[in-house]
Amino acid sequence: MTRAITAAGVLAGQVADKQSGEPFFFWLLAIVSVLAALGMIFMRRAVHSALLLATVMLCLAALYAIEGAPFLAFVQVIVYTGAVLMLFLFVLMLVGVSSTDSLVETIRGQRLWAGIAAIGFLALLVAGLGNAALGDSAGLAKANADGNVIGLARLLFKDYVFAFEATSALLITAALGAMVLAHRERTTPKPTQRELSQRRFASGGDPGPLPISGTYARHNAVDMPALLPDGSPSELSVSPVIAARTDTSVRHTDLEGASETDVIAADVAAVRRTTEDAADAGDESRAAYKAAGPAAGPATGTEGEA
Amino acid sequence: MSPGHYLALSAILFTIGALGVLVRRNAIVVFMCVELMLNAANLAFVSFARMHGNLDGQIIAFFVMVVAAAEVVVGLAILMTIFRTRKSASVDDANLLKY
Repeated sequence: MTRAITAAGVLAGQVADKQSGEPFFFWLLAIVSVLAALGMIFMRRAVHSALLLATVMLCLAALYAIEGAPFLAFVQVIVYTGAVLMLFLFVLMLVGVSSTDSLVETIRGQRLWAGIAAIGFLALLVAGLGNAALGDSAGLAKANADGNVIGLARLLFKDYVFAFEATSALLITAALGAMVLAHRERTTPKPTQRELSQRRFASGGDPGPLPISGTYARHNAVDMPALLPDGSPSELSVSPVIAARTDTSVRHTDLEGASETDVIAADVAAVRRTTEDAADAGDESRAAYKAAGPAAGPATGTEGEA
Repeated sequence: MSPGHYLALSAILFTIGALGVLVRRNAIVVFMCVELMLNAANLAFVSFARMHGNLDGQIIAFFVMVVAAAEVVVGLAILMTIFRTRKSASVDDANLLKY
């Protein structure tokens, strides 16, 4: 008897709140969001986690739109994906993109027990949901009759107006708190240029500028380490962030399949040849150089004629 | 689609977020997992709003978003301060309650 009533209620609900194509989009978005969420907690790089969180949030925005909450869908995209996540990425860039989580467990067996606890918690939640008499959704057709935004505004500025005003106080407090916390009080005077220079020489390191990337290399790209006179690539010439991301020492490996040492040897030989050519700069070699290369400068041209 | 489907998805996402909070060491990723849990709760609120046929659930989800935005701002500022003094964003390194 009760089952028949519930079934009838479900049927009525489905008829009242039917949207064509909803199951397809629900399953698509559900699968994508769960996979992205799982990837988020298993990725070692924090940036990858942030991008996967963006995926989850966009999926949830689409689900809100399906569920008759277009205003929340847009707020989700603008506030969460646009503002909050960009703030996360901003802080990630300040902290360092290349930082990865250590896999050392400080509490023994923590991951195992966390996994077991998560499975137990999920079982508890699903069991609770399964036992609840959820029925079927009534649908928002009546509530959204004047439009979702108008309906929300009516509630927000009538029933929830006090909470809304309290929210403004919260936002001001948060902005002030962020300013106070992120502001750094300078306890020591700012070092002058002279002091910085003295510190650079006193440390005994490289007082001059570091070698530039791509010096004596085949490309002048920033991830191409400079070749030192003995042919070894200099890691100092590449930004540490780029050096941490890729193995820059193998960058000199040629695309044609030669080994790294061969390519470096060829590069060094080419450099030596050019240097020797420039060294014995007799009249003949200079003339030969001028004949070979039409791009010779006008200065050398007038010199040769004179 | 019955609201049960949406609530089950919400429960799964919430559990994944909680697992991330327990497992991850990087404080920023822990924050992201908290955001995931808040989003899962929002999905449940929106589903309940549709189930009951009124917009109160959506209003609550809206307030959750506002509070989450404020929480993220303050939390990330605290993280920046900790990173500046300790040169680390790992939750394991901030284990001493002193300067």
